[in-house]
Amino acid sequence: MEMSQYLEVFIEESKEHLQTVNDSLLALEKNPQDLSIVNEIFRAAHTLKGMSATMGYQDLANLTHIMENVLDAVRNHQIEVDSNILDIVFDAVDDLEAMVTDISAGGSGERNVEVVVEKLKRIEQGEKPADVQHSNVDVTSQHNISVDEENASLPDTISDLDEFELTVLQESDERGFTNFQILVELREDCLLKAARVYMVFEVLEQIGEVIKSNPAVDQLEEENFDHTFSILIVSEESNEEIKNRIEKVSEIESVDVKEFSINQYQNNSQSNGQDFKSEQEVVPSDSEKELETTTSSVATMTPPQEKTEEPSTTKQQTSQNKTIRVNIERLDVLMNLFEELVIDRGRLEQISNDLDHTELEETVERMSRISGDLQNIILNMRMVPVEQVFNRFPRMVRQLARDLNKKVNLDISGAETELDRTVIDEIGDPLVHLIRNSLDHGIESPDHRVQQGKTDEGTLSLEAYHSGNHVFIEVSDDGGGINRDKVLDKAISNGVITQEQAKGLSNQQVFDLIMESGFSTADKVSDVSGRGVGLDVVKNTIESLGGTITIDSKLGEGSVFSIQLPLTLSIISVMLVEVQQEKYAIPLSSIIETAIVKKDDIMHAHNKKVIDFRGRVVPLVFLKDVLDVPVEEEEDYYSVVLVRKGDKTAGLVVDSFIGQQEVVLKSLGNYLTNVFAISGATILGDGQVALILDSNALIK
Amino acid sequence: MSENSLQDEKVIVFQLNKEEYGVPVQQVGSIERMQHITRVPRTSEFVKGVINLRGVVTPIIDLRTRFNLEQVEYNESTRIIIVYIVDMEVGLIVDEANDVIDIPSEAIEPAPEVVGTVEVEYIRGVAKLEKRLLILLDLPKVLSFEEINELMTVEG
Repeated sequence: MEMSQYLEVFIEESKEHLQTVNDSLLALEKNPQDLSIVNEIFRAAHTLKGMSATMGYQDLANLTHIMENVLDAVRNHQIEVDSNILDIVFDAVDDLEAMVTDISAGGSGERNVEVVVEKLKRIEQGEKPADVQHSNVDVTSQHNISVDEENASLPDTISDLDEFELTVLQESDERGFTNFQILVELREDCLLKAARVYMVFEVLEQIGEVIKSNPAVDQLEEENFDHTFSILIVSEESNEEIKNRIEKVSEIESVDVKEFSINQYQNNSQSNGQDFKSEQEVVPSDSEKELETTTSSVATMTPPQEKTEEPSTTKQQTSQNKTIRVNIERLDVLMNLFEELVIDRGRLEQISNDLDHTELEETVERMSRISGDLQNIILNMRMVPVEQVFNRFPRMVRQLARDLNKKVNLDISGAETELDRTVIDEIGDPLVHLIRNSLDHGIESPDHRVQQGKTDEGTLSLEAYHSGNHVFIEVSDDGGGINRDKVLDKAISNGVITQEQAKGLSNQQVFDLIMESGFSTADKVSDVSGRGVGLDVVKNTIESLGGTITIDSKLGEGSVFSIQLPLTLSIISVMLVEVQQEKYAIPLSSIIETAIVKKDDIMHAHNKKVIDFRGRVVPLVFLKDVLDVPVEEEEDYYSVVLVRKGDKTAGLVVDSFIGQQEVVLKSLGNYLTNVFAISGATILGDGQVALILDSNALIK
Repeated sequence: MSENSLQDEKVIVFQLNKEEYGVPVQQVGSIERMQHITRVPRTSEFVKGVINLRGVVTPIIDLRTRFNLEQVEYNESTRIIIVYIVDMEVGLIVDEANDVIDIPSEAIEPAPEVVGTVEVEYIRGVAKLEKRLLILLDLPKVLSFEEINELMTVEG
């Protein structure tokens, strides 16, 4: 079967399921007794297994299967969850992620996972994880997963019957009906699994009453199962008859009908289910403890106690957001088409004004309004919650905290804040860097913290929020803060600043120094940071996105790294100016203000034209010279746009200001690369192209 | 690829300085009338600027300037042929464009040493069709200028 058309969906969904597994594993670490979390992981893993098997990625399916076995053992109380076991499961998830990444890069998803498989198998067999971690893994000797355990992960057994279902079964028994447990296996190449399930159910409903299915009916409808499912049914018909009827449905590989004995079920579940039940009774008392928000998570090995959320919330979450995936390129095409429409709208408005026809005017006005709304919708479609980026941090912080022997509580808020897709794609790496930085240099070791009268657990907060036309993301910690003197010493010894300069610097300016290239305040290079890539990279990336980063810190109390980002990169506010007959756009973000300067007020310094602007000497850049604009006449007054680059200022001399406008940023294409002082182009209302000036290139 | 060059070709025919040129129809996106071109400062002389081609900012090259031919005023018959090469989209200003013809493979000959005034390096071959003589352009070479040459060598 041709699979490539499903590949994209497969990759996206696999990533989602892996994310679910990741998140749930972190939650499980906090609440090892909470079986609903295990079930959640199990579901995600199981779907992933089914999907990858269907797509022919056998390695992926196999590893998931083995991971499932471990989870199953956890679910059945055969093994206890602890950090060591989770480490290994996390390793497996890492491998799975690598496989999916490989597949999305066009690979086969094959990967050598023998070591982690071996570890998983040993856990499953009840070995102490510590032994597993340290034993020399002999891959060849261990190949005996018992058949029972292998099957345990398949949905062939009905478990978790509730009171009501048990009563129904018992009654039917007394009335002379028979209870059957039916295991249906669909053919590997079955295309419409949900449809087959429906047909099977239809057959069964004619001959009896379906009590329960595993997976549940809604899961079956969503094809959230591999190829097998089991059903518990009450019927008068014979074993053979049921089997024959089901087999009439096509694309079914096998049907196994067994009588279901309630007594046996109860006996079985007594041993397993007893402690399950008793736990459920115990847990609610714990849940009265302070409930933490779902987004926060502990990244330490603290003995987990709180029960974070009701099992039902996870289900709600999955059904809440109905979305479809759209290729970003298609959105770009839509955006381009829309701009065409906007341009034509401008023309229509012009025409209707000229004609002065009431009905035409009304129609055009209406059209303008609707297309304005449309524009908002299209722009909003490109917005993605920053959650996508934040998702990976709980796991990362957990691992880092363990590596560094620190206790860290990660607090995430505002994950629902939306940002343009293009920004989201770029912001991940800088954030990773800042978080690493905070964990490594910011938060102190538990002993050190206690000495200073703090709790031994540090807090790292990640917060996102909207403000005006910007999105702010803050990474803050309650660690040691930045030592001003240390920074200065280092800056002086590195030659970044002189002794003299150091005296007059404000705290803010000092902190900014650590983002200069080649700067690291760590006394020694650690495994986590200080690999020669400094915060200057973070600063550069953020500035290339049109954002800024500021640092605030108090010695002994912690630091805050605050990133300000534009909402979107595709639409920017510009000031349109005219230079002779040509129109140029200057990004508002770099403009300080505008001024009209008399020709006589221009002074000369070092052979350059300058003006005195509020007591500062500001050099002038004549755009018509720099841009070789054909000149017609000179005027007595100059219109000057004052722009800044860092702390430098320059005045761009233009002929006239047209006004402020929001424009859609476009690239000049692959042919015209690196055009001097031009960062892009935009299309104006009259359909013409205006170039966007890169004022940074004009300031030396 | 060598086999392809032996097959019949469909080309868009355009005029430049009273000579006829051909570009493969696969490489042509559309033929546009003249429209407002926004000058891009500090680029090569033959880069006339950029236009708004249905929402896409497209660079425009004047082929007369490119081939060092005499400049003429743009008029009603002046056309912009939008061509696609590799991952680039570029418009070529030509005097006239109004024909699509099939060229049998046997009519194509390698470029002679001197053909008109166009430098031979831009020419992929010539096609003789009864009384017409078509110059087949090698578009990647036509479009390349130093910067692009550098890029190609780095990547390729």
